[in-house]
Amino acid sequence: MPEAVDLDTLTMLKDIMEDEFDLLIETFIDDAKVRIPQLKKQLAEGEHDELMRNAHSLKGSSSNLGAIPFSEKCMKVESQAKEGNLNGLEGALSDIEQEFNLVESALKELI
Amino acid sequence: MKESSVLKVLIADDTDSDRLILESIVKKEGHITISVANGVQAVEAYEAEHPDIVLMDALMPELDGFGAARQIKALAGEELVPIIFLTSLNDAESLVKCLDAGGDDFLSKPYNRFILQAKIKAFSRMRDMNITMQDQRDQISVYNNQLLQEQSVAKHVFDNIAHTGCLDASNVNYLLSPLAVFNGDIIVAAMRPSGGMLVLLGDFTGHGLPAAIGAMPLASVFYGMVQKGFSMVDILREINQKLKQILPLGVFCCAGMVDFDFTKKRVKIWNGGLPDCFIYHAESKELQMVKSTHLPLGVLDDNSFNDDYETVEMLDGDRLFVWSDGIIESRNKNDEMFGEDRLKNIFTNNEYPDGLFESIVDNVQLFLGMESRDDDVSMIELKMVPQDSVITKAKNLVHNRSVGLVEWAMTLELEPSTFRIFDPLPLLLNILVEVPGLRRYSGELYSILAELYSNALEHGVLALDSSWKQSGEGFSKYYEERESRLAQLIDGFVHIHLSHKIDDSGGKLLIRMTDSGDGFDVAGTPSELLANNVMNSGRGIPLVKSVCESVEYNSIGNQVDAIFVWQEE
Repeated sequence: MPEAVDLDTLTMLKDIMEDEFDLLIETFIDDAKVRIPQLKKQLAEGEHDELMRNAHSLKGSSSNLGAIPFSEKCMKVESQAKEGNLNGLEGALSDIEQEFNLVESALKELI
Repeated sequence: MKESSVLKVLIADDTDSDRLILESIVKKEGHITISVANGVQAVEAYEAEHPDIVLMDALMPELDGFGAARQIKALAGEELVPIIFLTSLNDAESLVKCLDAGGDDFLSKPYNRFILQAKIKAFSRMRDMNITMQDQRDQISVYNNQLLQEQSVAKHVFDNIAHTGCLDASNVNYLLSPLAVFNGDIIVAAMRPSGGMLVLLGDFTGHGLPAAIGAMPLASVFYGMVQKGFSMVDILREINQKLKQILPLGVFCCAGMVDFDFTKKRVKIWNGGLPDCFIYHAESKELQMVKSTHLPLGVLDDNSFNDDYETVEMLDGDRLFVWSDGIIESRNKNDEMFGEDRLKNIFTNNEYPDGLFESIVDNVQLFLGMESRDDDVSMIELKMVPQDSVITKAKNLVHNRSVGLVEWAMTLELEPSTFRIFDPLPLLLNILVEVPGLRRYSGELYSILAELYSNALEHGVLALDSSWKQSGEGFSKYYEERESRLAQLIDGFVHIHLSHKIDDSGGKLLIRMTDSGDGFDVAGTPSELLANNVMNSGRGIPLVKSVCESVEYNSIGNQVDAIFVWQEE
């Protein structure tokens, strides 16, 4: 089982962001906390375009922070939504939610 | 160049954390960032800020990256604004969509600092190159416009010089491209003060400005000297010398010069490097050629220059054709030359001499086909006609100087060594036309001076008997004697005294010629015989009398006073 966040990636980010590293982490966490409930709502309402785009954004931003397992889970939702097949995504969304808890606590240790 | 300079980078991404990372990477390189969160904002920011490079997320709310990229590219026009798509889209279809929208490159997530920095550098260089290229293109276009404008000024100046002549004369047809001066072709024609016509057709080596440069002094020397009464040979020599002096090595002027005498029905032709001139004899329908026997103008120095010309008799209605090699060397699309045979055939088959000129032009055009242009073809047709029927709008060059000689007198004494080599008439005419009121009469003045001077020299100094000239045999004897006596002459002189006074209505010019001869029995020669010109043959004295107020000899007959009166216009 891989780590929730890749520390090498985060070390490099720290180097780039310098003083703004903390801000970056907080921004990511805040953004995800807005988007994850949205995912559930969009699934419930069958808005697969919005669901796809939302999952896509989360996939991208989490990959930038080295949250690889989380990003992969988002990708699964994204591609399924793209095909218009929303069947059985409830489970995938709760996987995302659980994984996010791991990511959040790992990231918070760094600030 | 701008490589080290600060770039303005527009970042369009709807995810806050991604935008933060990009801003940091770009700022680390010292650039300025503008951040927006959707496509609509991206287009607005582009218009307001004119960024150098755009980093564009593909999927964004409002307007996605594809639509925003299209609008930005359209706004940028010719300017190169690199757009780098930020995407974790990895399928080929999506990448193609990015390129179609005008994207120049991709950057995939997770972002790699070094790759992004390298891309920004590369696109910045490309943008600089593009700007340089467009600047240079604009510069070239400016230079080209400038060149065209300069050419049109040069052509205007040239036209003012070249078109003072008598190419409009009723017996002349000519063909010359409007931009001939830049093809190196030139035709100049002018009436001589004595009534004949001098024509020169020239073809400079090369094209463009180097070819045009020679045409200016050629035309200027030509018109200046014709007006002052210089002979064809003198003018040829002067032009040759001037061109030799100013043209670079390898640039010269193939030329044909023609002196058309409408009175004697005689034409002098000098051909240096042009194709054969054709003379079409109307009555016999025969074609006579005058070959080039000389090097072009501007090649030899004055000592080596050969001014021998051919003399051809032409009856009224006969035509002379002088042309550049443009006609016979015209090539059609099969690379065949028009050639001399085709040219000769036009004459052989011609039934209507007045249509010859048009016929040649039409035949060449037909041979070349529609798409070819005859820019390089220059030719002139001169028809022998009675002197009175030559009609031209050309006036003597108008001198606008208001000052000139007013009241003055001068004496010129010519001695044997001078008689042999020097023709004083151009010099004298040159002085006379410095009197503003006399300029209009240069033809008459030339005739008076020519007649009085040849009388003083031939009958006075050389004591030649004019009665010899009555017979054909005597005529040639007369000229042989003239040559040999001139060569052997030790003593003798001709004094030419000119004095000019002005009065209320104009002025009065006294021309007094005194010679060293024995004179003649003025008292014993009945005045009507004098008037009928017993002592001289030809038009002679009666002509002088017809234009002068009085013509009187002294008692011993070695001095003549001719008084010419002119009126203010």
